[in-house]
Amino acid sequence: MSNGLRVESLTFSYGSKKALNNVSFDIAPGRFAALLGPNGAGKSTLFGLLTRLFTSSEGNIYVAGQELARNPRQALGQMGVVFQSQTLDLDLTIRQNLTYFAALHGLSGKTAAVRIDSALERLGIHDRAGEKARGLNGGHRRRTEIARALVHNPKVLLLDEATVGLDAAARQSITDHVHQLCADYGLTVLWATHLTDEVYDSDRLVVLHQGQILADGECADLRGDQTLKDYFLAKTGGAE
Amino acid sequence: MMRYLTALRAIVLREALRFVHQRERFIAALVRPLVWLLVFAAGFRAALGLSIIPPYQTYITYETYIVPGLCGMVLLFNGMQSSLSLVYDRETGSMRLLLTAPLPRGWLLFCKLLGTTAISILQVYTFLLIAYFFGIEMEPLGYIAALPALMLSGLMLGALGLALSSFIKQLENFAGVMNFVIFPMFFLSSALYPLWKMAESSPLLRDICAVNPFTHAVELIRFALYLEWNPWALLWTVVAGAIFMALALWGYDPARGMIKRKG
Repeated sequence: MSNGLRVESLTFSYGSKKALNNVSFDIAPGRFAALLGPNGAGKSTLFGLLTRLFTSSEGNIYVAGQELARNPRQALGQMGVVFQSQTLDLDLTIRQNLTYFAALHGLSGKTAAVRIDSALERLGIHDRAGEKARGLNGGHRRRTEIARALVHNPKVLLLDEATVGLDAAARQSITDHVHQLCADYGLTVLWATHLTDEVYDSDRLVVLHQGQILADGECADLRGDQTLKDYFLAKTGGAE
Repeated sequence: MMRYLTALRAIVLREALRFVHQRERFIAALVRPLVWLLVFAAGFRAALGLSIIPPYQTYITYETYIVPGLCGMVLLFNGMQSSLSLVYDRETGSMRLLLTAPLPRGWLLFCKLLGTTAISILQVYTFLLIAYFFGIEMEPLGYIAALPALMLSGLMLGALGLALSSFIKQLENFAGVMNFVIFPMFFLSSALYPLWKMAESSPLLRDICAVNPFTHAVELIRFALYLEWNPWALLWTVVAGAIFMALALWGYDPARGMIKRKG
């Protein structure tokens, strides 16, 4: 059974407006895939469907081999998500935030504590576990959310514009970190972004525009001699 | 089963922690019924004459009459406030976090409801304690008997808030909820005046009050506080609660619900 992420012929409309049109891609286990698209391309709709916030009757989604529509709980259990909007409880400490999340995934007591320690170590924020989330800067809040998404040892990690609102240094650091996680732990990562500098040449690149997949392949192969920015602008008609 | 209970404990605990961190909100929520009790009721005491109606066995003061209604008010406002927090939560994403947990969505929503109801009940008892010190006493055992009534009423009103939260498009619309849900529900009920008194001025208004689920929640609490049994109010509260919960589940259903409109 594959530990990757597969989307088959996914179509979704808001009323008469088609937000996603026959979207398909298959990300192999352990790959970092960048979902690149301008604002309004349909990335958030795709994330809504991938996280089962809402469903579509057209198309299928498989998370680590589990079909989301048929086995939603098994599929969600294999998935870690970092949402675009901030989802920490700012009045709680980092550890309390993670403990809450672990419990939602059925982890408690010593097991949860061990997992939380290890997730915080991975993201380099273990020494700040007792601090309230409100006291953290944007970059550290994001790290906390990534650590939280890893507490239940998911096989697939989804990040929806995870660097939004961060300064250049924090953005770079988070992007590097997630690439590293993918390499070190064999995580399958889907990284949605509209910023070309967050995509590495070795990444799998899926370009989404106006609800459709425009390109899908190894980033270096797709862009050829152009910079990724030029390639992306040319593909999407200059709408970064 | 263990997973379900672990999640329940965590969600209730999170509500409790939020409550500890938002003491201002707790105090603000207490001020409202206390103002009604100590100012409004004092002013109205002379204006309204109350006769002996069940569950009371003697003439009572107006302050005594409105205490159960004000308990209901705490539950009503908190139920709606939690709906506000759900709309807000969803916008900031923590509702999304809750909904992606690998558990049935109905269970997750019920846990959330139970958490907010538990906090509301704590506020009701604080209010009752303060009322006690101002000389408004209930039956001693009534305070215990009221607990299940408060629980049911709180869940019913919370479910209404939950249902509304899945249909409200924007945070700003809470003002609309206030005007179109909270105030009519509160004023068109037996919280402030007994129904027979209402009938004197308008039979139509009395009939509206009689079908308002909030009236029945208030009566359930009122009777329980005096160790009396009110099966009719219980039935209404339970049925209304079940309908609101079904609506909430429909609203949050990933396939049919309204949630996708707001994405």
